[in-house]
Amino acid sequence: MLNIVVCVKAVPDPKEACNIKIDPDTKTLMRCEVPFVVNPLDKNAMEAALQLKEQGDAHISVLSMGPPEAGNIVKECLALGADQGFLLSDPAFGGADAYATAYTLAKGIEKIGSFDVVFCGMASSDGSTEWVGPEMATFLNIPVVTMVKEIVESEGEFWQVKASLENGYRLMRVQLPAVFTVTRDLNTPRTLSFSGIIKARKKEISEWGIHELGVPAELLGVKGSPTVVSNLSTTESKREVEMISGTREEKAEQLVQKLAEAGVI
Amino acid sequence: MIDFTFSEEQEMFRKAAREFAETQVAPKIPVMEETGEVSDAVVKALGEAEMMALTIPEEYGGLGLGYVARMIALEEISRVSVATAMMLQVFALGIEPIVKFGSEELKKKYLPGLAKGERLATTAVTEATGGSDPTGIRSAYKKEGDDFIVNGRKCFITNSHIADTITILTKSEDDPKAFCAFVIDKDMEGWRATHKEHKVGMRGCNTGELAFENLRIPKTQLLGNEGKGLGVTMAAIGDVGRGGMVGCALGLQAACLEESIKFSNERVLYGKPISALQGIQNKLAEIKIDLEAGRLLAYRAAAMQDNGIRCSNEFAVAKYFTTEVAQKAAKMAVDIHGGYGCMEEYAVSRFWRDAAVLGPSAGTSDIMKVIIGRWVLA
Repeated sequence: MLNIVVCVKAVPDPKEACNIKIDPDTKTLMRCEVPFVVNPLDKNAMEAALQLKEQGDAHISVLSMGPPEAGNIVKECLALGADQGFLLSDPAFGGADAYATAYTLAKGIEKIGSFDVVFCGMASSDGSTEWVGPEMATFLNIPVVTMVKEIVESEGEFWQVKASLENGYRLMRVQLPAVFTVTRDLNTPRTLSFSGIIKARKKEISEWGIHELGVPAELLGVKGSPTVVSNLSTTESKREVEMISGTREEKAEQLVQKLAEAGVI
Repeated sequence: MIDFTFSEEQEMFRKAAREFAETQVAPKIPVMEETGEVSDAVVKALGEAEMMALTIPEEYGGLGLGYVARMIALEEISRVSVATAMMLQVFALGIEPIVKFGSEELKKKYLPGLAKGERLATTAVTEATGGSDPTGIRSAYKKEGDDFIVNGRKCFITNSHIADTITILTKSEDDPKAFCAFVIDKDMEGWRATHKEHKVGMRGCNTGELAFENLRIPKTQLLGNEGKGLGVTMAAIGDVGRGGMVGCALGLQAACLEESIKFSNERVLYGKPISALQGIQNKLAEIKIDLEAGRLLAYRAAAMQDNGIRCSNEFAVAKYFTTEVAQKAAKMAVDIHGGYGCMEEYAVSRFWRDAAVLGPSAGTSDIMKVIIGRWVLA
């Protein structure tokens, strides 16, 4: 049986992006202002796991780290078809950067036990560092393939996957266990079903804190984070109109010059 | 204290219905609007998403989730497409008499297929001579041995041309006080769908006429007791029919509010978005107030229904209020959009047309007041 762990993150609903505010003191997102949803690319990760389960014998564990409210998104993944849910939640985990998050998730995966594949989204829609997957693989001491757009071969100990490049892809052969961070090209995530929600009634979510993970506090949360966000600000967009006069050729020349001055081309 | 919060599971139902509506229904709306025809893809998707199974008991292949869950689903689907919500609400209206009054044999015969969407249901009560007053119908039955022979016509029947499993109300040829409700299906000879209506709104939801010509119905297809069919169909209309329209109205109000907020934040007049104008804020506030009040009426009645409490009067109140304010919301949404509100590329023009159909469906506002008046005087 293939043991799959899917890491999911609760992020502020991207549809409500205009309502996300920045705390002027802590320079962090005021996440409680908008509802949490499953990070969009983690839905692709979840879908990859579900498709593998439909093709053969597989067990899906969903793992998330966040405040207790993040339990809702774990429940949602159970409703989609995951078998077991785990939430790493403790004030000691708060304020973690990508490094500390990856470390905590890796410890969570180790505690879950035997695993063959770890799927997660290539990036989160709020942090968007793309670091957590690779750093998690480093802590687990296993290979990682980032930006997976297609699983070509998923039988046996060696998988073949296509990983996106700017103008193409890399065909990668990788030995399990491994971490795969996925792109939206990989699949189209399914939507929740009513019967899936009913089935999730019987599925449990285990909530683990610092004591359950058994790791020192200095490696977690803010204390365990080597990076700090020194500033965070919203972008301001403003529209200006400038009329260009002259012949067609003169207008084109001026336009190119102005675009170059503005750094657009 | 009364708990007005939705459970975590109910919130997930809402999310599931919203995702379904936005991904499966929304892309089909332009074609539905242009042709006025039912989208086969939407009907198929409704079945695959188990939307027809919500109120069917689990032992007959349904989900047995009840009426609050149904209200949530209808509200979310109507928020995207009132036509689709209307179609779905009437599927349930056709199913309910089988669930509540059908024999075990009928339940086993029809409900599993209806739950999967393999069969499509409707109910046929209204005729040219009787809708709000069903005693005025003229479709008549006479007995021939153990069979019933039915002749007559039904009009304004939602899903008339797509349904294959229909609960019908008929009147005795001999006794004007005796009514029989039957379930008929596509395999029976002697009935057909005839004229298709072209409604101003809810395009993509089929409405039309049915004709019965010497339709022979075995006694086994009887719903409830012989002669007592009026109670069978009215029980379904009173709760499920009115409740369904309430769900449709709530979704439309929510859509009107969302589109109006979006437009008023984008539309700039006098150098600032029109949402900064108190006149616009006043309209937005009115839509919001009506929506919140309507939700309280709707979900209270649905919760009563789930608890087995008689609630047709409460649904009459909710039906009156929500369909009236939905029409008001659509008008205000069009007003907020100004000239754009009259353009078909803006959804509010569709909302306005859809709202017009909400009022008379499952009983006009005047009829709701008659029902409510009788209730308070009883």
